[in-house]
Amino acid sequence: MADETNENLTSHMDLLRFATAGSVDDGKSTLIGRLLLDSKSIFEDQLEAVETTSKGKGYDYTDLALLTDGLRSEREQGITIDVAYRYFATPKRKFIIADTPGHVQYTRNMVTGASTADLGLVLVDARQGLTEQSRRHAVILSLLRVPHLVLAVNKMDLVDFDEATFTKIHDEFTQFATKLSIPDLQVIPISALAGDNVVNRSENMDWYSGPTLMHHLENVHVASDRDLIDARFPVQYVVRPKSDEFHDYRGYAGQVAGGVLKPGDEVVVLPSGMTSKIAGIDLFDQEISEAYPPMSVTVRLEDDVDVSRGDMIARVKNAPAPSQDIDAMVCWMTTTPLKPRQKLAIKHTTRTARAMVKDIQYRLDVNTLHRDQETKELGVNEIGRVQLRTTVPLLSDPYSRNRTTGSFILIDEATGVTVAAGMILS
Amino acid sequence: MPDTHADYRLSQLDQLEAESIHIIREVAAEFEKPVLMFSGGKDSIVMLRLAEKAFYPAKIPFPILQVDTGLDFPEVMHTRDNWVNRLGLNLVVASIDDAIAQGVVVDDGKTSRNRMQIGTLLNAIEENGFTAAFGGGRRDEEKARAKERVYSHRDEFGQWDPKNQRPELWSLYNGRLHEGEHMRIFPISNWTELDVWSYIAREGIEIPSIYFSHQRRVFERNGMLMTETPLNPCKDGEVAEERTVRFRTCGDITLTGCVESTASTVEEIIEETAVARVTERGATRGDDKFSEAAMEDRKKEGYF
Repeated sequence: MADETNENLTSHMDLLRFATAGSVDDGKSTLIGRLLLDSKSIFEDQLEAVETTSKGKGYDYTDLALLTDGLRSEREQGITIDVAYRYFATPKRKFIIADTPGHVQYTRNMVTGASTADLGLVLVDARQGLTEQSRRHAVILSLLRVPHLVLAVNKMDLVDFDEATFTKIHDEFTQFATKLSIPDLQVIPISALAGDNVVNRSENMDWYSGPTLMHHLENVHVASDRDLIDARFPVQYVVRPKSDEFHDYRGYAGQVAGGVLKPGDEVVVLPSGMTSKIAGIDLFDQEISEAYPPMSVTVRLEDDVDVSRGDMIARVKNAPAPSQDIDAMVCWMTTTPLKPRQKLAIKHTTRTARAMVKDIQYRLDVNTLHRDQETKELGVNEIGRVQLRTTVPLLSDPYSRNRTTGSFILIDEATGVTVAAGMILS
Repeated sequence: MPDTHADYRLSQLDQLEAESIHIIREVAAEFEKPVLMFSGGKDSIVMLRLAEKAFYPAKIPFPILQVDTGLDFPEVMHTRDNWVNRLGLNLVVASIDDAIAQGVVVDDGKTSRNRMQIGTLLNAIEENGFTAAFGGGRRDEEKARAKERVYSHRDEFGQWDPKNQRPELWSLYNGRLHEGEHMRIFPISNWTELDVWSYIAREGIEIPSIYFSHQRRVFERNGMLMTETPLNPCKDGEVAEERTVRFRTCGDITLTGCVESTASTVEEIIEETAVARVTERGATRGDDKFSEAAMEDRKKEGYF
C-alpha cells in the first residue's frame, strides 16, 4: 500500500451517495453549484465557461446552475431532464450526487437517482413552504427506502432569515413525515445563493443551532444502513482458470448483498437447496477472513456442488424462501401503460426470468398517498402495487430489509428497454 | 486490499473497486462477445487492472481493442505491450491507416485523426461482432458524460441517443440488444481523476512514462503546450523550446498538450492534481476545445 500520509489520496475516504430533488425554481442547481464551488471542486475552465455564458445571457451574476446542465437540449430549454451525476470530495468524504429533475413527468428519473442513494435532499422555497412537489419527493425517497432525508429550506434571505417561517415549514414537514418511512430527518435553513448554512455557518440565523448542510453530509452515519445479519451472495460468474497452476480451482464470483461471510460457514445454495461449507474467500490474489457488503469477492466451497449464475449462497438457517409469486411496489417508466396479463422480462440480482402481471392492486397517488383501487393499469411515472408470477423462483427479501435482494427491474422483451423498477413487499 | 475493519466499513476507493468489478463480471456473464477498449492511458489501465482482479486466477475472458491513430506516443505503446504480455491478452488493433486504405473512413485533409477514430472503431466493432465494448470514460470528465449510463446503448449505426437512455437502477444493468446494436460499458463511471491516481498509487501498477515529469521540445498552440515532432511541426510564429513537462491525458500526439510540471512520482502527481485549477481535458485536449458540446456531438456519433 502506497503512501498513507498523503492527505490527498482518496483511498481512505468514506463515501456518501445522495440524491437531490427539486426544480430550478427551488434553487437546486444553484445549491449544487454552491457545494461544488465552496468545496473547491470547480475548475477554472469550468467556471470561466459558466461566467461567459452568464454574461452572454445578460445576467448580472454568475449562474451557478449552468455548471450542472449537461446536454445541449437541456441548456436550450433551461431545464434538467435526466439524472446527472456529480462528484466532489472533502478531506473526510467523497460525495456522489444523483441530480434529478423535480417535475412529476420525471418521477422515473427521481426513482432512478434515489435507488442508489444513502441520503435524499429535498429543497423547498422558504417563501412558498411545502408544496405538492416537495411532498411527492419525500414520498418517493421513502418508497425507495433512502435512509436519511434532509429538507433544505432555501432562500431564507428572501424571508429576512425569519425563524417563524422556518419553524412553520419544519413542523409541517415533520408532521407529514410521520406517515412515511423516514428513519432519519434533518431540516436545515439555508440560502444557496448567498451560501448561508451550506458550507459556512450563517451569521444571519443565530437562532438555528443545528449543523450546516455540509457538516451534516460529512457526518451522517451510513455504515449501519447495510444489512449485516442476513448473509446473501448472488452468484454472478463462475471462475474456472483451467490452467496448470490452478487446475482444480472453482470459485463463485459475486458482490456480497447482505450479511458477513466467513470461511467455515455452513451455507446453502439456492434454489437447489444443497449445503456445503465455505472453503475460502478470495479477493484477487489474497485470501480474506470475511466478506461483507458491498465487497466483490470469489467464494470457494468445500464440496463439488452444482452452482451457476443466478444461484444464491446463504446461511443454512437464514435463507430466503424461493418464490414465483412476487408482491411489489412498481414504478412504471414508459408511455404504454402496464396492464394485467402483460408479460415482461424480470432481472433480480443476477437472475433473469420472465414475469406475468397477475394483478394491479392499486395505484398510489404520490402527492396524497391515496390508494386508487379502481384503475387497473399504471401509466408512465405512476407507482402502484403489483402482483407478478415468474417463470422461475426468485430468491428475494423484502426491499425494506435489503435494497439489493429486494429490488428488480422489468424489461420490455420487444424493445429491450427498462420499463419498470420494483420493490418487493413480501 | 480492503482492510477488514471491526465495523465492516469499506473505504470509498474499495467501494468503487467493488462496483467496477461487479460491472465487469456482469458484462462477461451476459454478453456474447465483449471487448475492452484500451488506449494505454491511465483510465484504461485502471480498467484493465480491475478486469484482471475480477477474474483472477483465471485470465481475462475477452480481448482488448486499441485504435491505432498512427499518432500515438511511443511510450504509451510500450506500456500497452507490457500489459498485454504480462496478462497474456489477445490484442486487436484497429488502425486508422488501414481504415483509410480500405475506404472505411475518408481522409479529406481537414478531419482530425481523433474524429477518424470514430469510423475506425465502429468498423472494428462491427467486423469482429463485438456486442459490448468497455470504455474508461468517467462522469467527472465532462458535462455530457455526467449523464451517460454505465451500460450505454448504441444503435446499429453506433450512435448514442442522450435523450432516450434506459433508466439504470440499483446495480441492475440491462444488457438487452437487437441485432447489430452494441453496448458501451463504463465501469469506472463513478471514479474521479483523483480516484484513478489514488488507485494507481495503491496498486503500484505501470503507466506510461509521459505522465511523469520529463524534458520535451514543446511549443504553444491555442494556449496549450504541444510536442514538436515531424508529425506535428511548428507553424508560422510558433517557437519550440525544451521545457520540463508531463501529460495529464494520453491522446494523439498532435492534439494532446502537456503541462509544465516537476511531478516525477505518482504521489507528486496526486499532490499536483489535488490543487489543479483546470480540468484535465480543458488543459490539454484540443479535441474538446471547439465548442461547449464538442464531446456530446462526438459521443452521439459513436466516440468512446
